[in-house]
Amino acid sequence: MVTLIENESPVARRHLAELHQHTGRAQIIGVTGAPGAGKSTLVTHLVRELRRRDHKIGVVAVDPSSPFTGGAILGDRIRMMELAGDPQVFIRSMASRGNLGGLSASTRDVVHAMDAAGYDPIIIETVGTGQAEVEVMRTAQTVLVVCAPGMGDEVQAIKAGILEIADIFVVSKADRAGSDQTVAELAMMLSLDPARRLHDKTKSYWKIPVLKTSALKDQGLSELADAIQEHQVYLTESGMRTHRAHRQVRSEIETLILHAVANALKREVNTDEWQRLVEDITTRERDPYSVASELEQRIGLF
Amino acid sequence: MTETRPIRVLVAKPGLDGHDRGAKVIARALRDAGMEVIYTGIRQTPEMIVEAAIQEDVDAILMSILSGAHMAIFPRVMELLKENTVDDVLVAAGGILPDEDITAIKELGIKGCFGPGTSMEEIITFVRQNVQADRLAAEV
Repeated sequence: MVTLIENESPVARRHLAELHQHTGRAQIIGVTGAPGAGKSTLVTHLVRELRRRDHKIGVVAVDPSSPFTGGAILGDRIRMMELAGDPQVFIRSMASRGNLGGLSASTRDVVHAMDAAGYDPIIIETVGTGQAEVEVMRTAQTVLVVCAPGMGDEVQAIKAGILEIADIFVVSKADRAGSDQTVAELAMMLSLDPARRLHDKTKSYWKIPVLKTSALKDQGLSELADAIQEHQVYLTESGMRTHRAHRQVRSEIETLILHAVANALKREVNTDEWQRLVEDITTRERDPYSVASELEQRIGLF
Repeated sequence: MTETRPIRVLVAKPGLDGHDRGAKVIARALRDAGMEVIYTGIRQTPEMIVEAAIQEDVDAILMSILSGAHMAIFPRVMELLKENTVDDVLVAAGGILPDEDITAIKELGIKGCFGPGTSMEEIITFVRQNVQADRLAAEV
C-alpha cells in the first residue's frame, strides 16, 4: 500500500479516498532540524520512551533524493537499529523525490495510511533542513525543532522560517558543551515573540518549551514525551486542533491539484519536445513565458 | 510507468563483522545509478533484515559478509522471507564467498554472488535487469 502511494498510483488514490473515514485519530508529531542535529537519534529514543507508554508507533523518515540521478541513500534506519524486531513499530524510509519542503510529495498520504492502520502516534522525520523547509507544519500537529549546541549566534535565533514553526524546541546533545547557551538563546528569542508579550491572559496560550535531551545519557526523553502530550491537550482545548486541521486540509487539496497539473504536463509533453523547447529558449528563438502560456492552454488551464 | 519508478534496494551487513566500507561503496554506487538505497548499518540479524525489507517494501536485498558466517546467515534469511511469504524480492550476496559455497548459496534462491574485484557496473546492471524482469513478470 505504501509503495502504491509513494509511486502515486491511481489505485492508491482510490484506496486513500476510502481510508479517509478511518483517519484523523493519530497524533502526528513532526521532527525537523539541521542535518546532523540528532533527529534520527531523538526519534529512536522518543519511540523507545513512547513504547514504554504502550503506544503502537509509525515512523516516516525522509532523506533527500539526488537532484541529478534521483537516487538516494536512506540512512535513518542505522540510528533506529535498536527499534528493530518490535512489531509495534513500523518504520518507513522515504526519499524526498525532488520535493523541496523537507518531506516527499506523498509523505502526507503515507501518514494517512498509517493512521488508518491504527498507528498512534506517527512520527515524521524530515530531511535535514536549512532555514525554510517548513512543510512539516502542514502535516504534523506537534512540531519539534531539534537544535544541536553551537549552531550559530543570536542572529540565527531571530531569523524567520524554521524557528517559527516549533511547538517544542529540543536542544539535543545536552551532554556537550554549549548546550546551556543554545537553550538561553532560544529562550531569548521566544521572549521576544509578540504573541507571548501581548497575549490575552484569558485565552489558553501555548508557551513553547525549550527542552534539553541527551541520547547518550538517556536524559530528557520522558520530559519531552510529557511536553508532547501537553501540547496535544492544548491543541484540543484551545480549538487550535481544528484550526490546524482546516489549514492542513486546504494545503492538501492544493497539493493534490498541483500534482495533477504536473502529471498532466508530463503526459502532454514528451522528452523530445522538451528538448526542442529548451533549445529554442536558450538560443533566444522563443521565450519561456509564451511557451508556458501555450503549454498551459494545451493541458486545459486557462 | 514501471520503468520510471525508482528501484528500492536494502543494503545490509548481517552478522558480527563490522567492515562495511564495501557495503557503503556499493550503496553509493547504486544511489548514483538512480536507486533509493536503504542502508541498515552493521550487525544485522536475519530477522532485522527481513523486517526492514518488508517495512521498506524493497525490490532487492543485497547482503555483504566478510566474516565467513554466510552459510549460517543466508539460509536463515531465505527461510524468514519464505515464512513471511516475501517472494518478489531479489536477493544477492557479496563479500568473501568461497567458490565451493557459491553453488549452495545459489540453491538457496540467492541469485547473485559477487566477490572482491566485481565492478560496480556489473552489480548495477544485475540489480536493474533482474528487478525490471520481476516487475514485468508481476504485471502479467
